[in-house]
Amino acid sequence: MTEKHKHVADNHSKKTAKSSGTDDSGNATNAADAPAPAEDTAAAVSLDTAGGAMGPSAVPVSAQSGTLPGGPDTLLRKIFTGSGMVSLLAVLLALVLGGLLIASTDERVGATATYLFARPTDFLLAVWNAATGSYVALFQGSVFNPRGNTAAAQFAPFMETLTIATPLITAGLGVALAFRAGLFNIGAQGQIIMAGILAAWVGFALHLPLGLHLLLVLAAGVIGGAIWGGLVGYLKARTGAHEVILTIMFNYIALYFLRYLLNTPAFQRPGETNPISPILDPTAVYPQILGTQYRLHLGFILAIAATVLVWWLLNRSTIGFEFRAVGANPKAALTAGINVPRATILVMALAGALAGMSGVAQVAGTEKVLTDGVAATYGFDAITVALLGRSTPWGTFAAGLLFGAFRAGAVQMQIQTGTPIDIVLVVQSLIVLFIAAPPLVRALFGLNPRRKKTATAGKSTAAAITGGAA
Amino acid sequence: MVRVLKLELKGITKRFGSLLANDHIDVVVEPGQIHCLLGENGAGKSTLMNVLYGLYEPTDGEILIDGKPVTFRGPGDAMAAGIGMVHQHFMLVPVFTVAENVALGAEATKAGGFLNLDDTRRKIKEISDRYGFDVDPDALVEDLPVGVQQRVEIIKALVRDAKVLILDEPTAVLTPQDTDELLDIMRQLKSGGTSIVFISHKLREVKAVSDTITVIRRGKVVGTAAPGASTTELASMMVGRSVSLTLDKEPARPQETTFEVKDLTVIAPSGQHVVDGISFDIARGEILAVAGVQGNGQTELTEAILGLQERVHGSILLDGKELLGRSVKEVLQAGVGFVPEDRKVDGLIGTFSIAENLVLDLYDQSPFAKGIGMSPAKVLENATSRIGEFDIRTPSGSLAAGTLSGGNQQKVVMARELSRPLRLFIASQPTRGVDVGSIEFLHRRIVAERDNGTPVMIVSTELDEVMELADRIAVLYKGKLVGIVPAGTSRDVLGLMMAGLSPDDAAHADRAHHDGSLDDGPSPEPSTSRAEGGDHD
Repeated sequence: MTEKHKHVADNHSKKTAKSSGTDDSGNATNAADAPAPAEDTAAAVSLDTAGGAMGPSAVPVSAQSGTLPGGPDTLLRKIFTGSGMVSLLAVLLALVLGGLLIASTDERVGATATYLFARPTDFLLAVWNAATGSYVALFQGSVFNPRGNTAAAQFAPFMETLTIATPLITAGLGVALAFRAGLFNIGAQGQIIMAGILAAWVGFALHLPLGLHLLLVLAAGVIGGAIWGGLVGYLKARTGAHEVILTIMFNYIALYFLRYLLNTPAFQRPGETNPISPILDPTAVYPQILGTQYRLHLGFILAIAATVLVWWLLNRSTIGFEFRAVGANPKAALTAGINVPRATILVMALAGALAGMSGVAQVAGTEKVLTDGVAATYGFDAITVALLGRSTPWGTFAAGLLFGAFRAGAVQMQIQTGTPIDIVLVVQSLIVLFIAAPPLVRALFGLNPRRKKTATAGKSTAAAITGGAA
Repeated sequence: MVRVLKLELKGITKRFGSLLANDHIDVVVEPGQIHCLLGENGAGKSTLMNVLYGLYEPTDGEILIDGKPVTFRGPGDAMAAGIGMVHQHFMLVPVFTVAENVALGAEATKAGGFLNLDDTRRKIKEISDRYGFDVDPDALVEDLPVGVQQRVEIIKALVRDAKVLILDEPTAVLTPQDTDELLDIMRQLKSGGTSIVFISHKLREVKAVSDTITVIRRGKVVGTAAPGASTTELASMMVGRSVSLTLDKEPARPQETTFEVKDLTVIAPSGQHVVDGISFDIARGEILAVAGVQGNGQTELTEAILGLQERVHGSILLDGKELLGRSVKEVLQAGVGFVPEDRKVDGLIGTFSIAENLVLDLYDQSPFAKGIGMSPAKVLENATSRIGEFDIRTPSGSLAAGTLSGGNQQKVVMARELSRPLRLFIASQPTRGVDVGSIEFLHRRIVAERDNGTPVMIVSTELDEVMELADRIAVLYKGKLVGIVPAGTSRDVLGLMMAGLSPDDAAHADRAHHDGSLDDGPSPEPSTSRAEGGDHD
């Protein structure tokens, strides 16, 4: 019951926030309906209440019926598709907290803390220096290194960021696309691995002319990912199995299948006892687009193309319309004649194909061999990237770049300032934490309009007090 | 024994930013009265009650109990003062028992912190017996029908000694039958000394049960009325202009029969025959209304026609072609327009724009799409013309459909379905949860579609609506077709048919009833309870 009240309160706050925000159209609504002063409230009320139905617009009346007709959990959907502002603030907040954490492990900060009350400025300065020092190093390691001898060397960190961002972006797009269709795709990891296996095999086992070979590598990877993802979609559509369980299990299957393969003669490098494949043919790898001094490869261009494609697909195509309809209200989609099982299979296959591009980027771009670490943690980071990008194509792209920068810069940060690489993981985790709790971020930044705050407060109190009596 | 309580709201004003939801509202609820707040959706009734219940703090004005001003900081205060509220949507935990739900928030414990529900059980029994609620304290709430769940909510308030009970649109989720039972319960509560604030926009219920009616429009009290006031009078006060509650429609001019359903049977996953061997046909230019108490197979019937049901036997012929076994898309493309009974679940996608919702089943057809590419400009263009044509009140077609009021949402669904050439039009509950003003409009559009020469099938649990629109009336009971009767059939006979009597038996029983041999007790509005509550007999 408290839960339900909370939903109502949340919803209410969300609504008010929306109409009181920058949103001119919201005000226009009110203005247009001026003769009916209660319109806004009315809308809120009618949304809350209509027919025991699920409020299609993120109104969790679903709590009442006990089922979740909206496909994915509405809360989950809210988190995945909330405002970009919250994303931005979450990053900022995470960086600040990360900075404090860095400072707390810093020796000079510890030393100055002993005479904190005598000379607090020393302490504060030490905190500031420790945090900014690390972040400057992070920046230098990921974007621009002023100590480089040549312009090329100065921009090397940025190229490294783009390289690392490549698999994050495509896999993130896979997660985001599936999410827009209401599917929580945890399986990017497995999809990357399966794509990696196929792409690598085509790359080292077949010997084909330049151009054709790479094309086949790419196709093999993309198809491998698509099949691995599409299978999940098929099982879900035909048997009703939950995609979260399926994708998690498929991740394990893919990983252990890879480990098994790497110990078979077909995949193991001749004369090698370690589980590592032969190196891919030079005809099978992505060309380095900015010359050999950078690792940046064709995969990044393909990632940009994939982002454009996903944007078009979602916003300008009938397929995307179907995906979004199924994601937002599968029952209405069904009633409107949309083939929901087909959309489920298709979107998972496309998600797998996108993750597959990450697999190809790994084996044909950066690694050039197949090991059991081919996917690193890209498949899981992809979930975070999609989350931070609010499941929009360009948001995911930007989030992929940010996480790429974190990873690229972390090494430099450790070298220069001794700050452990793990701090980056902490910052990443904090970002997710803040995104998952938008009210916290809004409260910290005072984004809750005052009147709205009181209303919310009133409602929550109601929740607490009414307990059973409402 | 019963403490009576006089409740006064004086000059209550509630402002949300620039929005004046309540504007100096004065209401006096006399002890032991049923006081009705009548108003359209969005008139500010619920806001007022949330103020009274301590959920909102009023911007201005005061609440007086027995002449003394009180301030409620939350529902706890309101409850302590003897005010109970039953929300339109129940605040119950489905997996808890009735007793657990009632105890929730004020749980008594035994030594060691164990829950003690015995006391609660006893109280539930007591109240249940006193008012004839027939509620088992140990039943799981999720197993109870909606009507009984509502009684649990009422018990929750009564256990906490509510002297004034606020019922917020209590009949919105009820079948006509449950509604009658609720009205009876309200009368009993009143005679037991509990005052009731009854919020509704349904005129007949209001007239049947109220002692005083306060009409609210756009946040203001526009007047009070006695229950004796005519429906037209009340409707006009509510809407602010004269409303014609009766539809002027030409007599039907049926042409050839193009839609035929033969021996249709729908089997539910449970194995139950939810639609059981139904046959009927509809001619072009004719409206067949399907009447019946909710849950007698209407939903499954329409879903079977659309292709949404899995296990269907029989035959559905449209223009001589079999619809059965075809996909929803194929059925829609065969020219079937379908307005589902629950627009929020099946008819609309709330987060989609109005424009997108207006092409929800046309998105992949010209001119909205070429190949797999869509044209947003065309979609928006279409929206602009539909919004004008159907008088959808919105500043822009690109707003989310979820922001519209119920009536306007229904207009979106209706506009979409009527925007292509139809060979059959099916509308389920076309005006459920729709304000009076929009009802009139929607009914006219349905009749216009009939006059275009389309066979029209209306499914409605509102007998008024059935009688208003129908050229012929088919009555469903437990999945079977009780009979098809002509439009002029009396409300009483229809009511009896809805309870399962064949048309002949119903007509016979009705005659006997009018002779007085079947009188079913006192009721201020005997015709209502007879018509919709045939089961009582």
